[in-house]
Amino acid sequence: MSENLLDIKDLNIFFKSDKNPEPIHAVRDLSFSLKQGEMLGVVGESGSGKSITNLALMGILGDGAIVKARECSFNGRELLSLKEREWQKVRGGEIAMIFQDPMTALNPFLTVEFQIVETILAHLNISKSEAKNKAIELLLQVGITSPKDRLKSYPFELSGGMAQRVMIAMAISTGPKLLIADEPTTALDVTIQKQILTLIKSLQEKNNMSVILVTHDLGVVSEFSERVQVMYAGELVETGNTSDLIKNPHHPYTFGLLSSRPGAVERLAKTPLASIAGIVPAFHQRPVGCQFNPRCVHVQEDCKKGSIPIERGVRCLHPMMEALS
Amino acid sequence: MKFFLKKFLDLIPTLLGISLICFFMIRLIPGDPVLNLVGERGVDPVRYLEMKKALGLDLPIIEQFWHFLKNAFHGNLGTSIVSNNSVWFEFMERFPATIELSLVALFFATLIGIPLGIYAAIKRNSFFDYFLMSSSLIGYSMPIFWWGLILILIFSVKLGLTPVSGRIDLTFDIPLFSGLYLIDTLQSAVLKADGLKPFWSAIKHLILPATALGTIPLAVIARMTRSSMLEVLGEDYIRTARAKGMSKTRIIYIHALRNALVPIVTTLALLFGSIITGAILTETIFSWPGIGKWIVQSITSRDYPVIQGGVLIISFIIIMTNIIVDVIYYFLNPKMRN
Repeated sequence: MSENLLDIKDLNIFFKSDKNPEPIHAVRDLSFSLKQGEMLGVVGESGSGKSITNLALMGILGDGAIVKARECSFNGRELLSLKEREWQKVRGGEIAMIFQDPMTALNPFLTVEFQIVETILAHLNISKSEAKNKAIELLLQVGITSPKDRLKSYPFELSGGMAQRVMIAMAISTGPKLLIADEPTTALDVTIQKQILTLIKSLQEKNNMSVILVTHDLGVVSEFSERVQVMYAGELVETGNTSDLIKNPHHPYTFGLLSSRPGAVERLAKTPLASIAGIVPAFHQRPVGCQFNPRCVHVQEDCKKGSIPIERGVRCLHPMMEALS
Repeated sequence: MKFFLKKFLDLIPTLLGISLICFFMIRLIPGDPVLNLVGERGVDPVRYLEMKKALGLDLPIIEQFWHFLKNAFHGNLGTSIVSNNSVWFEFMERFPATIELSLVALFFATLIGIPLGIYAAIKRNSFFDYFLMSSSLIGYSMPIFWWGLILILIFSVKLGLTPVSGRIDLTFDIPLFSGLYLIDTLQSAVLKADGLKPFWSAIKHLILPATALGTIPLAVIARMTRSSMLEVLGEDYIRTARAKGMSKTRIIYIHALRNALVPIVTTLALLFGSIITGAILTETIFSWPGIGKWIVQSITSRDYPVIQGGVLIISFIIIMTNIIVDVIYYFLNPKMRN
């Protein structure tokens, strides 16, 4: 037994596909853990397996997916052996999730009130009117003014930022132990981003809730989460304390991500921003050896064979030693 | 409100266009209503011209059209050449029969089609799904007149289970109240005289024509429901509902079905048009005394006023259903209300 809220060991996710006889290996040997009340940032490009991992933690990957793990325990319970009914208690009750685009994540045909109240009623043993009062309270808590009017609104009547606040209110309505925020600000205006993240952060501290914050923005992570893990092509490539990792990235991919930020490295005016050449390899054409080797500037012969173990938080045979500056 | 007003204003040019096309089309078909009336042996030319004049068919065609429009605008659709009854009277006499047949056909097509479509969507790519989709394709492709005859052949001729034609056994005397026999046979006077027998007789008479007429709508509704449901089930908000811990049943009926219904309602409206056209074939095969059979008969006898007037009324009804659907749409989709 450990004091961790979430303990994932060697999580593997496969997808059955019609085109390929072999299932696609989307997430490989992912291990991580999360303490109660801790915020973990997960960073990676599209296709790196961040969202898939989250959906697997919620048990809502769909029929084509096969999820295997040596351990996948949440609050002392093994998630992967849960039955559908038990899953329904966990989802929304103990693990809640908010999504990238709040405008499509809310049902356009149901009022805000309906959507929040049904969540509360599904998990807490209270009456409908109590649930409604709680919904009003929650909307106030996430910074929505005149919550009574807003309850009657349909999602299309809300702005993106407000819709995301509603999503957050709905997610925390049942007092979950873990909140998974899957790129919660990507679809929002930059001006709203910080407000939403600050809100999530404050709720995390107030409710002693654990948060997995998925983003592709390292700036966001550095500001809000204590710990970060970087994912690439379905693998965890680097993990560590956020400030250390940002100051001192060891994996060339992390280094690449950091130097692609505007202002990260000094450059002449009007020269293009630094970027990592190439794209994340498609699921069915993953390279042998280090997944990053086709795009890595420091690639060597031994990077192209065998699987690379993760050592001292880095999955790299030739980790970089110098600081970013 | 403005929205509905606009819809009603759209009605006028549509109806004008339809009557224009219909008016000239029927006059393009060879044949002469007067000759049809007097029989093949003909009549002496003086009498022939007199009759033509009496019917107003001697005037230039444009003038005839103008008269038709003017009268129609005043609510007078003319008089049948054959029966000398007003077109409106003839229509009202037959319309309940068509309504009864169409509603029963559409009702069962919806009642069976929607659950089948939902089930196929949930069990996507299963044997049931493939079976349902291929049989709906067959159902959709079957010509109504062929399918109707096959039904008669099997259930009426071979098995003797259902009557071949008509709406009810002629032995029963049904005082008309709504014109729908399923309702009229339940009047207390009828119940006192014959019990539920007339009602069952009406149902027995309805089964085959309603099946023949409802097959295509059933196939369309089942397919439409399936695809609409699949689309909705792939939406983000369904993922949210699952992430909230909602049960599968609740997700399907509360979170998905209502949203999936919107395109189905539109389809139902479009189907109403095709049901009326289907009714023309079905009623002819089953000798169902409705407006379909009426129009076909009037075409055979070149009864111009009946054709013109009948088509105008039918188009009006179809357009009105579309407007009603817009109203339903309005209540189903909160976005329309703003």
